[in-house]
Amino acid sequence: MTTERIDAAFAKTKSEDRPAFIAYIMGGDPDLESSLRLMKGLPGAGVDIIELGQAFTDPMADGPAIQLAGQRALEAGATLARTLEMVRRFREEEQQTPIILMGYYNPIYAMGVDAFLARAVEVGIDGLIVVDLPPEEDDELCIPAAKAGLSFIRLATPTTDDARMPSVLANTSGFVYYVSITGVTGSASANAQAVAPAVERLRKASGLPVCVGFGVKSPENAAEIGRVADGVVVGSAIVGKMAECGDVDETLRYVQLLCEGAHRARVSAE
Amino acid sequence: MTPERTNTYRSGPDEHGRFGIFGGRFVAETLMPLILDLEKHYEHAKTDPSFAAQMEDLWTHYVGRPSPLYFAERLTEHCGGAKIYLKRDELNHTGAHKINNVLGQILLAMRMGKKRIIAETGAGQHGVATATVCARFGLECVVFMGATDVERQKPNVFRMRLLGAKVVPVTAGRGTLKDAMNEALRDWVTNVENTFYCIGTVAGPHPYPAMVRDFQSIIGQEARAQMLEREGRLPDTLVACIGGGSNAMGLFHPFLDDREVRIIGVEAGGHGVDERMEHAASLTGGRPGVLHGNRTYLLQDADGQIIEGHSISAGLDYPGIGPEHSWLHDIGRVEYVYATDREALDAFQTCCRLEGIIPALEPSHALAHVLKIAPDLPKDHLLVMNMCGRGDKDIFTVADALGEEISA
Repeated sequence: MTTERIDAAFAKTKSEDRPAFIAYIMGGDPDLESSLRLMKGLPGAGVDIIELGQAFTDPMADGPAIQLAGQRALEAGATLARTLEMVRRFREEEQQTPIILMGYYNPIYAMGVDAFLARAVEVGIDGLIVVDLPPEEDDELCIPAAKAGLSFIRLATPTTDDARMPSVLANTSGFVYYVSITGVTGSASANAQAVAPAVERLRKASGLPVCVGFGVKSPENAAEIGRVADGVVVGSAIVGKMAECGDVDETLRYVQLLCEGAHRARVSAE
Repeated sequence: MTPERTNTYRSGPDEHGRFGIFGGRFVAETLMPLILDLEKHYEHAKTDPSFAAQMEDLWTHYVGRPSPLYFAERLTEHCGGAKIYLKRDELNHTGAHKINNVLGQILLAMRMGKKRIIAETGAGQHGVATATVCARFGLECVVFMGATDVERQKPNVFRMRLLGAKVVPVTAGRGTLKDAMNEALRDWVTNVENTFYCIGTVAGPHPYPAMVRDFQSIIGQEARAQMLEREGRLPDTLVACIGGGSNAMGLFHPFLDDREVRIIGVEAGGHGVDERMEHAASLTGGRPGVLHGNRTYLLQDADGQIIEGHSISAGLDYPGIGPEHSWLHDIGRVEYVYATDREALDAFQTCCRLEGIIPALEPSHALAHVLKIAPDLPKDHLLVMNMCGRGDKDIFTVADALGEEISA
């Protein structure tokens, strides 16, 4: 399995004693070209890993910001094939930043798992987060993805108890994504004090970096979470900013503020 | 993989919650521990005589079961063929079969110590049934309903409020049943500790499809016993309408191993099952996919994006179908056909005039198919149709479709 780009990203942030900053954007929102331009600007704004959302009509784990982003993308013609094509075009210029495709299973199932995996590897995707595939359904995509060389990144949640932990961590690679709240994306604020013990538990159990997301909303919040986690994921706030200002450059400046917040985490803690 | 067992059609689902390739547990990790816990409690309740006794008592004294198996003499004369029997589940408290399942789930929720009940509803029948049972047991009830449906189904919205439920209009997506279900799942993920999600049909992640089927199977168990008593033998044909498919599964399941019984499910054909996709016939016009926790036949485009169904009946207007139906379709045990809006409307009026029964638009689809096949069947052919809901809720829709103005 090749997790080179992901491993290299965490090796770098570790050597710099800072958390990784992971930015989520919705592929094709508000349209393919703007979305690609935003994606291309992320590494320059300080983003260590890109989570690229795949739009779906029924995003059951997402709050309003990402729901609306998905609707805008679909109205502008987003499809899984076009999101993959976006990654191919991104990789023409940039080969370092890991790209994690995040979405729901049905578009992948509709394309066909084998065809999807072949294309995902070909365009340069590094990992997958598929919200509606728990360990109980590993045969569907997780195991074939690992065979194809892609990391299957698992979501661990506050409801994941000790009994479930081994099955949640089996077959996972790259990093573990800790969902900091019980809720949908962009809802309640993550609380660093509550998150810290969970991160530690996951780190010990998996031996992998642990990134925290779902409730990280501001540079201050990113800094707070960045003190205790190996990486911080921000999605709704970025997607919401893009919707509000409609401007790629302004959104990138906001991403830069978030990155700086996360990067300052360890410094300001001392 | 274990080979398909051929001696019974009633052993599903397997330990992974699958009926063949259909079903499963396609949910976010946050919900997985809850679903496993629910399964454990349900397995326990199923074999607990006190649970069965409690259900039995409420079915008899609160719901009014058993519902009659009624010989529809004039419909039979009208068709001039098969003897048509109606299983009168529209006579249940709250006017539909929905309450059979709701009672079971709410009793289970109380055993699990859950104090807050959430539900999704389309036409409002499941919402009303849930609000009713929550009122009966003093539980908090929150019903998610698409904003479009809230507008279309005002009387049911008011009923739910009278019963003390909070109705949350869902504006996400297009504001219909599937969006309400998404929102209910989002609420559940957020309030995992104290909340029980009462799903209204035989869909969703395992164990819901099996659990809802079991609670609805009272329909088929009664029909079987009633027909044996009345005619001394099993029926020849069963017919039921299908949205998610709970009333149909409830009637069909106890008969699945009686291979001489022909079983027909009737989907909503809307404006016709063709490439315009203005229908809700998931089996006839869809293909397998994954939505709302299970793999099943879905209305979807080439990219796997879900397409909104259309039906004159808000209760059939769902882009999916219970996974067990998908399996029964693929193995050929049950035939699945469809009736269009127009055919259902005609059947609705025929039933009103010939039997003095105002049927819901959902079973009007089943009746439309009965009217198609009954004339060609022999006079000793016994046909049972599930009259799963009464039509009071639909009079505005029907008036509108017939071009008549009545004030709400």
